[in-house]
Amino acid sequence: MAHIRKANGLIDWLDQRLAVHKLFDVLMVKYWIPKQINFLWAMGVILTTLFAVLFVTGLLLVMYYKPDTALAFDSVNKTIMQEVDYGWLWRHMHGVAASVIFLIIYIHMFTGIYYGSYKRGREMIWVSGMLLFVVFSAEAFSGYMLPWGQMSYWAAQVITNLFGGIPFIGPELVIWIRGDYAVSDPTLTRFFMLHVCLLPIVIISIIAFHFYSLRIPHVNNEISEELDFDLEAEKYMAGDTRNSKVIPFWPGFLSKDFMYICLFMIFFFYLVCFKFEFAMDPINFDPADALKTPPHIYPEWYFLWSYEVLRGFFFDIGGIKAFNIGLAAFGIAQVIFFLLPWLDRSEVVKPAHERPLFFIWFWILLIDMIVLTIYGKLPPTGVNAWVGFYASIVFLLLLLVILPIITIMERKGAK
Amino acid sequence: MATSESRRSFMGVAFGTVAAVGGVFSLVAMKKTWDPLPSVKAAGFTTVDLSGMQAGELRTIEWRKKPIFILKKDASMAKDPKRDVVVDNAAYTVVIGLCTHLGCIPAYHPSEQIFKCACHGGEFDTSGKNIFGPPPRPLDIPPFKIEGTKLVLGEEGPEYKKMTKEA
Repeated sequence: MAHIRKANGLIDWLDQRLAVHKLFDVLMVKYWIPKQINFLWAMGVILTTLFAVLFVTGLLLVMYYKPDTALAFDSVNKTIMQEVDYGWLWRHMHGVAASVIFLIIYIHMFTGIYYGSYKRGREMIWVSGMLLFVVFSAEAFSGYMLPWGQMSYWAAQVITNLFGGIPFIGPELVIWIRGDYAVSDPTLTRFFMLHVCLLPIVIISIIAFHFYSLRIPHVNNEISEELDFDLEAEKYMAGDTRNSKVIPFWPGFLSKDFMYICLFMIFFFYLVCFKFEFAMDPINFDPADALKTPPHIYPEWYFLWSYEVLRGFFFDIGGIKAFNIGLAAFGIAQVIFFLLPWLDRSEVVKPAHERPLFFIWFWILLIDMIVLTIYGKLPPTGVNAWVGFYASIVFLLLLLVILPIITIMERKGAK
Repeated sequence: MATSESRRSFMGVAFGTVAAVGGVFSLVAMKKTWDPLPSVKAAGFTTVDLSGMQAGELRTIEWRKKPIFILKKDASMAKDPKRDVVVDNAAYTVVIGLCTHLGCIPAYHPSEQIFKCACHGGEFDTSGKNIFGPPPRPLDIPPFKIEGTKLVLGEEGPEYKKMTKEA
């Protein structure tokens, strides 16, 4: 046991028992961040803040929510919205944060792609981040279902039906997931469990892992310069803070982050107070009806691009059913970003504007995903169906074919 | 020393086996916990009397929490000997009203005589056959039995067995 002496204060008392100074050093003061980074690097801390908002507002909502098909709709739209003091605030904050967190996740992802932050040594940061994206999608979807409105119900019907496309076990698997022949009470209660218990635990563990995965290769920077973090840190600690290329996470970097969080929170509460309806689909204020599909169903905006890839293939090609092509394309769209560090096999770690072909590729990908998002919301008829088809093809080609070709060309050009 | 090493590996293997057996049993139990409950499985039969239906009329009823479309064909609609349910000399289209793509309910447009699914644009004709869009197969026909002018859903009658054998 360590030598314990009489403490001269609370911090000292804790330090002797829990080594809080050492812990604070490892986590904050001696965790080094490059100086040359821009506001896009603040997205991680904004995401952490948003997750905390979701967690706390979720706790408040779950005190009044009732996971029962007969009671769920009223417990949300009557009890929480009208009776509970500030219930409307927690619901709007929860709904808006759930939507906006995806906007920030996408910015965070595309920042990583633009600056090559997924490459050489940083693969685990990228993979754990993508894992978070997938689990967040499951979390968002399971939560979307809970108010048991028309859109919730039919979203659940369609998404659970997707598993029916898996060969051999599909139809039985759908019934197993639902716990019934159609989406109903057992489905609601098990999605409730996933949303409030299992998935949050999984998310918190992966967040911890995502943070840990940054510690060894360290954060990338705006010019993708390879820094000797030990050397730069020594310079900083020796007092040469001006010439050192790094700053400590606390207080240096976080103070900048706090400013961005403040700016972001102004935007966030503007949405919560004045524009909350964008996260509240009007159709979801009709109670779920198993015998009537709404005339036009679509997911929340952040799933539209992959939804459009799913339905983009609307005719059979070479004897393969359109349904199966769409499902396979959708499956690829879900996992393809995981493989990015291996699809981009160029060893150059540079921001996109210093890799001409990759730069063009990046912007075409971004525009294509915006096109998919827009057309995912429009009815899939006439010319819309064709735009969706070509945009889906472009998406698959960009990632599966063009990116590997670009990086092979880069490698040859470099030699 | 050799003896104690082998004893240790024996203990390791023995413990591993016990843990694996326990693991398999708990996975089976967990799988079954997610299965539909007996009360859900025991969903009953639904009987519909078709005698009051007009030619060209579409009726939607509920069976095992799914919508069932019953369309009495009129003279303008093409007959389909493989899929029509003939009751009292009239041809009916009896299908589960869930799009075979992803399970939305298609809406019937009487003027165009098609079932159209708004979700992904799938279309079906009056016999329930897919004519446009991503649905991979015609609308499914539920198990049925004919009793006079009544249709019993959930029971496989001789007409249904004949139909599935031909398909």
